[in-house]
Amino acid sequence: MLRIPCPVCGPRDHTEFVYEGDATVAYPALDAPEQEWFEAVFLRENPRGPHSEIWHHTQGCRALLIVERDTLTHEISGARLAHPGMAAALEEDA
Amino acid sequence: MQRYNVWQVIRAGLKGPGIWDKVWDQPEPKPYYDVIVVGGGGHGLATAYYLAKVHKIRNVAVIEKGWLGGGNAGRNTTIVRSNYMMPGNTEFYEHSLKLWETLSHELNYNVMFSQRAHVNLVFTPGQRDAMARRYNIMRLNGIDGEYWDRDELMKRIPHLAYDGRYPILGAYVQPRAGTARHDAVNWGFARAASALGVDILQGTEVTGFVKKAGAVVGVEVRRGGESREIMAEKVGLAVAGHTSVLAHKAGLGRLPIETHKLQAFVSEALKPILDTVVVFGGPGHFYISQSDKGSMVFGGDLDGYCSYAQKGNLPIYEDVMANCLAIMPCLGRVRVLRQWAGVMDMSMDGSPIITKTDIPGLYLNAGWCYGGFKATPGSGHVFAHTIAKDEPHEANRRLTLDRYARGYQIDESGHGPWAKVH
Repeated sequence: MLRIPCPVCGPRDHTEFVYEGDATVAYPALDAPEQEWFEAVFLRENPRGPHSEIWHHTQGCRALLIVERDTLTHEISGARLAHPGMAAALEEDA
Repeated sequence: MQRYNVWQVIRAGLKGPGIWDKVWDQPEPKPYYDVIVVGGGGHGLATAYYLAKVHKIRNVAVIEKGWLGGGNAGRNTTIVRSNYMMPGNTEFYEHSLKLWETLSHELNYNVMFSQRAHVNLVFTPGQRDAMARRYNIMRLNGIDGEYWDRDELMKRIPHLAYDGRYPILGAYVQPRAGTARHDAVNWGFARAASALGVDILQGTEVTGFVKKAGAVVGVEVRRGGESREIMAEKVGLAVAGHTSVLAHKAGLGRLPIETHKLQAFVSEALKPILDTVVVFGGPGHFYISQSDKGSMVFGGDLDGYCSYAQKGNLPIYEDVMANCLAIMPCLGRVRVLRQWAGVMDMSMDGSPIITKTDIPGLYLNAGWCYGGFKATPGSGHVFAHTIAKDEPHEANRRLTLDRYARGYQIDESGHGPWAKVH
C-alpha cells in the first residue's frame, strides 16, 4: 500500500485515489498542430526513477494532487494540490 | 547439438545424468556481430533463433543483463491464445499460435504446450452479444472459436460458481488455446539458438549505444564490472518492461509506452480440478489455470500506477483473491505459495510494436502489455524477418510505431489512449 500525504486530508491509503498518470504532460491549445496533440496524448517520458504524477483523491477531498514518487522504490517525496491557485491559498492558510 | 530422445533418457537412467551436454554455451563476447539482440527473454532468444535458422544469420549475440528468462519470461501465467478481433492482432497472434503447435518438435525440446482450451465466461446477454461478434470475426479470419452453453459448460468445468454472485450464462471458447511451460520455452530457444552459433551473453548489461553518422553501430555494455563496446551492423531491442529506458539512451526519445506492474499467484499443488484456462471477465478480471504440477496459477489487474519495481501491492492481492472466490469458491481453503510482480510495457492502445525505427540500424520489439508470453515464437519469427529483410513480415506490418500518429491504433478493448487500462 502506498501512503499519499494529501495536503488537505493528511496521509491516506492509495486505494482512496485514482491514478491519472504523468503530471508533466501539458495539453496544447485546441487549434494547435496535430503533432503537438499526438505528443500530449500518446508519448510519455516513462522514467525509471523520480516521477511527477497526478492522483485524484476521489474518496477523500476530491482534489487533484501532484505527487512526487519514485517509480523504482515507490518512495513518495511530496504531494501538493494540482491547481496552482488552490495550492497557494492552502499555503497562506497554513 | 545432442538431440533429446527416448533412448537418451533410458541411457541416462542406466549411466546417470552425467551423459547430458551443457544446454547452451557461455562464450566471451566477440568484437563484432551481424546482429545484436538486447534482452535474453523469450522474445530475444526466439529472435536470435529464427535469425540463425530461417535467415542464416549466425553471427548473432543475445545480450542479457541478468540471466536467461529471469524477467517476464519467467514470471507470467503461461497462457497461449489467439482470440483477437482487430486487424493487426488477428493475423499476428494466429501466426504465433501456429508456431506454438509445432514448437516442441522444431526445438527438439518439450515446451509442454497443452491445447486445453481457453474459456471466456459470459454473464449477461449484452456481454454474450459483444463476444459473439468477437468470436465470429475470429472464425471469419480462420481462427477457431465456439460457444459452450451453460449445460455444456457445467459438464466440462463442474467446479465454477454457476449460481453465485455472478450467475454464468455460458462461455466463448478457443479450443486450440492453452498453456505452455514458460521456462522450457526460454531454455528450448536458448539451446537451439546456441547450437546454431548464437552467442548468449548473460550478466551483460547494455548501458548505451555506439552511434556513427546518426546510425546505431554497436552497444556499450558492462560485463563483470568492466565497460566495453561491442559493434554490430544491426541492433534489435526486445526488453519489454524497460523499453523506455533503452529508447532514451538510443535517442528514440519518448514512446507511446508506460511501465506498469502486474502480479501473478501460484497455489500449493492440488489433484486435477481444472483442465482448461478459465477467464472471468466483465464483472471482474481474473484468469486461472492449473499447472501440470497441480498448482493453481492465476492473476488479475495491473497494480494501477507506473512502476519498475518487481514487487506487487496488497490491495490488488486482495482484489485477485476476491475475484477467485467469486468464480471458484471451492478454492477458498487453498493456500497461496508464491506471488510475484513483473514490469510490463503498457502501450497506449494495448497492442505491441514490432518495427524498424527511424534510426538506421535500430529495430524495436516492445509494448507487449501483459500478453507477451503467447507471442514468444511469433514475435521472434517476425522480428527476425524485420531485422534480416529490413521490412516487416506479413504478420507484423500493422504493428508499427507510427500508427499512433496516423490514427491507426489497434485498440482491442476500446479503452482509448490510457496505458493503465489495456
